[in-house]
Amino acid sequence: MSIVTQNFSRNKYFNWAVKNLFSSWVNTIMTIIAVIFVYEIGSFFLNWSIFSADFKTNFEGEIITDRTLCSKNIVPGEYGACWAIIYARWDQFMYGLYPVEETWRVNLTYALLPFAIIGILFDKLPFRKLFIYFTFIFPFIAYFLLYGGPGLSTVGTNKWGGLLVTLFLGVTGIGLAFPLSILLALGRRSKMPIIKSLCVVFIEFIRGVPLITLLFTANVMLPLFLPDGVNPDNLLRALVAVTLFQSAYMAEAIRGGLQAIPKGHIEAAEALGLTYWQTTRKIILPQALKIAIPPIVNTCIGLFKDTSLVLIIGLFDLLGIGRAALADMTWTKLYYEVYVFISLVFFIFCFGMSRYSLYLEKKLKTDNS
Amino acid sequence: MEQVIQLEKVNKWFDDFHVLKDIDLTVTKGQKIVVCGPSGSGKSTMIRCINRLEAHQKGHIIVHGTELTNDLKNIDLIRKNVGMVFQQFNLFPHLSVLDNISLAPIWVKKMPKKEAEEIAMSYLEKVKIPEQAKKFPGQLSGGQQQRVAIARSLAMNPDIMLFDEPTSALDPEMIKEVLDVMIQLAEEGMTMLVVTHEMGFAKTVADQMIFMDDGRIVEQAKPDDFFNNPQSDRTKLFLSQILNH
Repeated sequence: MSIVTQNFSRNKYFNWAVKNLFSSWVNTIMTIIAVIFVYEIGSFFLNWSIFSADFKTNFEGEIITDRTLCSKNIVPGEYGACWAIIYARWDQFMYGLYPVEETWRVNLTYALLPFAIIGILFDKLPFRKLFIYFTFIFPFIAYFLLYGGPGLSTVGTNKWGGLLVTLFLGVTGIGLAFPLSILLALGRRSKMPIIKSLCVVFIEFIRGVPLITLLFTANVMLPLFLPDGVNPDNLLRALVAVTLFQSAYMAEAIRGGLQAIPKGHIEAAEALGLTYWQTTRKIILPQALKIAIPPIVNTCIGLFKDTSLVLIIGLFDLLGIGRAALADMTWTKLYYEVYVFISLVFFIFCFGMSRYSLYLEKKLKTDNS
Repeated sequence: MEQVIQLEKVNKWFDDFHVLKDIDLTVTKGQKIVVCGPSGSGKSTMIRCINRLEAHQKGHIIVHGTELTNDLKNIDLIRKNVGMVFQQFNLFPHLSVLDNISLAPIWVKKMPKKEAEEIAMSYLEKVKIPEQAKKFPGQLSGGQQQRVAIARSLAMNPDIMLFDEPTSALDPEMIKEVLDVMIQLAEEGMTMLVVTHEMGFAKTVADQMIFMDDGRIVEQAKPDDFFNNPQSDRTKLFLSQILNH
């Protein structure tokens, strides 16, 4: 007996399973039910999405050029996914209606984007300063590449679509909202009553209104505020709405960080003769932003998903392009494939942000101990 | 003697609460004044008014001939010459010890970084912890943190130092190391205004004792007279409690 237990006790996985999965009758039954559930769902999904699915070709090896050639539309009882729609529409999903011969410009922008972000994300990165410089020149490079300029033909934003619009709104919205939100958060804590009430009204108004309403408002009302003849395109209008929306939420996250800074630090800085802006830049913000990063990332995840709402003002983001693909008679009715694919793309980005936020929380804990 | 700080009929209210009542005080150059009194008597508030961490509502505060008003220029001018040490140290936790000290010389005095760091090191040597320069405040003991805070103030080369209960947040065995630094500072002729309950320190260093109660200066005397022959009953009671304790 003792030999047997000893043998088992060496196996820590076995011990863990006994302790956590089979500790009592109830626990055992729950474990079995859960396993069956996960198995059923998982095997169905894997079968659907991979094992019985068509990719570029159907079960007879024919290249799928429209939905009638999908195996599931030929063989009765066959249910596997027909991913050919994604292949056929890949360029639209990635670039929208961007001219095919110019898509290298979008690809190059996509390839440069990680280098522009990485310096902000990791504070111990080697050559971080260089990366941060790049972060600041990246918007100009991206503008030149995507929109065009000397040497590159102009591609109007009405041709942009798919992931390009989603990333453009997400990244630019977050990037522009960040400095704005810092000012709003500081303003909300200002001792100057007018600035304070302006910030409070702005933040509370934006937070009290759905993004859809803001998008409609920006779309319809922005031209009214601008001089005659200035007619910002739809994407720019959406960007304004998205930026204002995000800045209000981010400002509240940052305000939480500001509140965590002991008053004594500010007094010490004042007593040393530092001005308000010096104190803010050197003492308050470095500490407050560090605390606020996890909630900031949360708002960023929310915004990234919310960008899909722009399809209601006629922009073709990832979701809009997907719906356009479904409206095409050649491919119609392949709902599952399209929505699963779109979900997957959103998931990859949001899950990445979420993991980053967790990583930061862990790092903050060790930094402070 | 040159007068460096004058308080004339200073009054202050926190909402309805009258914290400072007609405070008159003159500090001359090189003088060491120890302020004591029960908590809530207004002693911290009084010295916090001197560098405008609190604003007074009535009366005049004049430092180096400049009157403290809402004029930010005057406030900046006075803060450059008046150092302050807090009960809670208030070091900046995200900066190293060296950066804590060199921050103000670099940003307020626009000193080159290298020069500011040399000055920071010299003051760290003065408070006897140069080996801690690269550490962060969280890695230091309370006594070491308070000595860094003193060095940080001194690096601005102030001619007046305000101490707001500098040893109250310290474990007993660390109080001495901080008081030693303050005694050394006093011996070098620094003008000091110290809120403290360390009566041993007061007897060694002070040339003027102030006792405050209920927002007023109740008694002001040389240490000898103050400890041996206090005039008011309130002072006698306070001293008997604090000395027998």
